[in-house]
Amino acid sequence: MDFNFTSEQDQLRDTVARLVRQQYDFDTRRKVAKSEAGWRPEMWSQFAELGLLGASFSEEDGGFGGGAIEAMIISEEFGKGLVIEPYLQTVIIGGNFLRHGGTAAQKEEHIAGLVGGETIFAFAYSEPKSRFDLNDVSTTAKKDGAGYTLNGHKAVVIGAPFATHLIVTARTAGGQRDISGISVFVVPKSAKGITTRDYPTVDGLRASEIYFENVSVGVDAVLGKIDGGLPLIEKTVDYAIAALCAEAVGCFKVLNEATITYAKQRKQFGQPIANFQVLQHRMVDMFMAAEQATSMTYMVTLKLDEADKARKLAASGAKVQIGKAGKLISQDAVQIHGGMGMTDELNVGHFFKRVTMIESQFGNTDWHLRRYTELSNS
Amino acid sequence: MDVQFSPEEIAFRQEVRAFLETGYPAELRGKFSRDEYSKEDFLLWQRTLFARGWGAPAWPKKYGGTGWNATQRYIFQEECARAETLPIPPFGMSMLAPVLMAFASEDQKAHYLPRIIEGKDFWCQGYSEPGAGSDLASLKTKAERVGDHYIINGQKTWTTLGHFADWIFVLCRTDPTAKKPQEGISFILVDIKTPGVEVRPIITMDGGHEVNETWFTDVKVPVANLVGKENEGWTYAKYLLAHERTGIAGVARSKKGIERLREIASVELDQGAPIIRNPDFAKKISELEIDLSALEYTELRTLARESRGEGPGPESSILKIKGTEIQQRITELTLEAVGVYGAPYFRGFPQDGDNQHPIGPDYAHLTAPMYANMRKTSIYGGSNEIQHNIIAKMVLGL
Repeated sequence: MDFNFTSEQDQLRDTVARLVRQQYDFDTRRKVAKSEAGWRPEMWSQFAELGLLGASFSEEDGGFGGGAIEAMIISEEFGKGLVIEPYLQTVIIGGNFLRHGGTAAQKEEHIAGLVGGETIFAFAYSEPKSRFDLNDVSTTAKKDGAGYTLNGHKAVVIGAPFATHLIVTARTAGGQRDISGISVFVVPKSAKGITTRDYPTVDGLRASEIYFENVSVGVDAVLGKIDGGLPLIEKTVDYAIAALCAEAVGCFKVLNEATITYAKQRKQFGQPIANFQVLQHRMVDMFMAAEQATSMTYMVTLKLDEADKARKLAASGAKVQIGKAGKLISQDAVQIHGGMGMTDELNVGHFFKRVTMIESQFGNTDWHLRRYTELSNS
Repeated sequence: MDVQFSPEEIAFRQEVRAFLETGYPAELRGKFSRDEYSKEDFLLWQRTLFARGWGAPAWPKKYGGTGWNATQRYIFQEECARAETLPIPPFGMSMLAPVLMAFASEDQKAHYLPRIIEGKDFWCQGYSEPGAGSDLASLKTKAERVGDHYIINGQKTWTTLGHFADWIFVLCRTDPTAKKPQEGISFILVDIKTPGVEVRPIITMDGGHEVNETWFTDVKVPVANLVGKENEGWTYAKYLLAHERTGIAGVARSKKGIERLREIASVELDQGAPIIRNPDFAKKISELEIDLSALEYTELRTLARESRGEGPGPESSILKIKGTEIQQRITELTLEAVGVYGAPYFRGFPQDGDNQHPIGPDYAHLTAPMYANMRKTSIYGGSNEIQHNIIAKMVLGL
C-alpha cells in the first residue's frame, strides 16, 4: 500500500496547474464560454502537445504509460479552471471504451488520433426518458446486411458540438429497459442521417440533442460485444465518475479558497466576517467535506480495475460523497460571499453551477445511494 | 499510489491473524463485545503483546517499539478489530509515552517507558477539572514547590479508568502569577497511592463506571517527577493532544461495528422482513459506510504524510470529528435495529437463575447503554467544536 505520488505525477500536476493558471483565468474562460465556438480548438492542440491527452494510456495502447491516477490529476487541475474542452468525453470516456472494448484495429484507428488531438469523442447515451439508467435504451440498431442501421434520439450529449465521433448506445435486441440487448457503436459525427441541435449548458459547456435517422454503420463500428454492451458501458462510466469526482475536488478547492479569502477581507460590524465563529465552523465543515471528497476520489481511482461489484460500490460511494460535499460547499460558498456570491461577475457562481451539474451527471446522489445499497445487500 | 497490499504485507497480516487466533488470551475472549473488563485484563493483554515483541506498535525501535511502518500498524489495527481484542488503553501507551520521549529526562524515560510496554503500570490522565473543560488552560489544581517536593492540591475530573490506575499525569499550576493562563503550568507524574490522592467514581448515564473524580489534598510528590521544565507544561499538554487525535479515528473498530450492525439488521424483522431490506434503514447504513470509507482514506493519506516525515498536522482534527461522529452513528443505528429489545437493562442486576431464558437476543442487551456511552466521544479529547476551532485557526488561518 502506498499513498504517495511519483515525481512524474507531481510534474504532471505542475504542468497542468501552470497551464490553467496562465491560460485559463476566469475572465478568459468566461469569454470562451460565451464565444460562438464555445471552446478553443487551439487549447486542445496544446493539451495534445503537452502530452495530456495520452497521459492516461499505457505505452502499448499508444500513450505515455500512465493510467487512472494521471487522469485524476489532470481532471482535478482542469476542475480548478472550469476547463471547457472535452477531456472527460474524449480521453476518459472515449479512451476507456477503446481500452476495454476496442479491437486491435479499432485501437489502431482511434487512439493515435485521440492522443494527437485530432479525434474528439462525445458519449451519446442518455435519452429523453432514460434519466440515469444506462440500460434504458430506446435508440435502435437493426442488423442490415453487413452492418447496422441506427434510429433514435439522444439527449443532452455533452461536448457533442466539438466532437468528430460519437459513441452511441443502441438496442440491438430486447425491450427498452432490458439488461441485455444493448450494443455500443462508434460513429463519425458526419455520418449521413445524423442531425444535431447544439446549445449551451448552464455551466458553460456545450451539448447537443442528436437525432439518428437510418444511419448506416459497418460491423467494424461495434465496440465490444453485440447485445452484451452494458458491462462495458458501466465500467467506462465508472471511470468517468472517478474523473468527474476529481474535477469536482478541483472545484471544491477553488470555492473553499475563495470563500476563506473573501471572509478575511469582507468587513461587517467593524471586523472581518472571518472572525465570526458561526462562519468559521461552516468553513471548517466545507474544508472537511473537500478533504473527505478527495479521499473518496483516491479510493475510487485506485479501485477502478477491481471486480465489477467492488468497482461499482467504489464509484457509487464516491459519487454520493462528492454529491453531498458539492451541495454543502457550493451552497455555503455562495452564502458566505453574500450578495456578491449571486453575481455573474464573480467566479463563485460559475463553480456553483458546474458543481451542481456534476451532482446529476451519470446518476445523482440518490441514484447512487440506491445502487450502493442494492449492491451491498446483494 | 497503490492500495494493493504487497506479498510481504499479506504475509504480515497472516502472521498477525495467526497470533491473535492462538495468542490472544482465552480468558479475554468475548470481553470486548460484552463491555466487561478489569485492570488485570488490560495488563494481561499488554504483557501478551510485549512477550510477542509487539508491545508498542507505534513506538520507535529504540524504546522497544516494533518499528512498524504505517501500513503494518494499519494492518495490525484491522486484525485486532477483526478479532475483537481488548483495546490498548491510550493513556500510557499513546498519550504519555510520546511526551516522555520528546521532553522527559533520560532517567525518566528509562524508568517509565519499560513499565508501560511491559504491562506493569496502568496510567490515567489528570487534565480536566470541574471548571476547566474545553478551556483547559483555566485549570486551578496547584503544585507548590517545597524543598525537593511539590505539594499538590486540587481536583481533576473525568479521569477515565482512574480506578484502575497506578499512576496519573497531572497538569498543575506552578506559577499562579503568570500573565497568561497557558503559562505557569507544569506536567507532573503522580503515584496514585501517594497519601492525599482520592479517586471517586462517577457513574455515567449508561450505568457504567469508566470515569472518576480525582482529588488531591496536600499530595507530596518528588520534584524528580516533573516532566521537562517547570511552567512549560502547556507545550507538552498540546503535544499530547495532537498525538491523541491521530489514533482516535477508530476506522478498523468502526468497520467491525458496521459489519455487526449488518448482521443484526439481517435478522431483526421490520414488517415481517429483515430490517436491512427496509430501504430507509438500508440507506442509513449505506451513508454511514460511505462516510467511513472516506474517513479510512483520509486516515491513510494522513499516515502517508507521517511516513514522509511530515508529522500529524492539525488536519488530524478531521479524524477526530469524523471518527467520533461515525462511532456514535453506529451505536445509534444498532439501537434502532434491535427495536423493543433495546429496553431491557441488566447492568448491575444480579442474574443468578442460570436456567432462566435470556431476555431478548444477546446482541440487544448493551445497545442502549452503548449508544448513551458513545455520546462521550464528541466531548472528550477536545470537543468536536474545539476541533473545529483548531482547524479554523491552524489550517484555514481564520
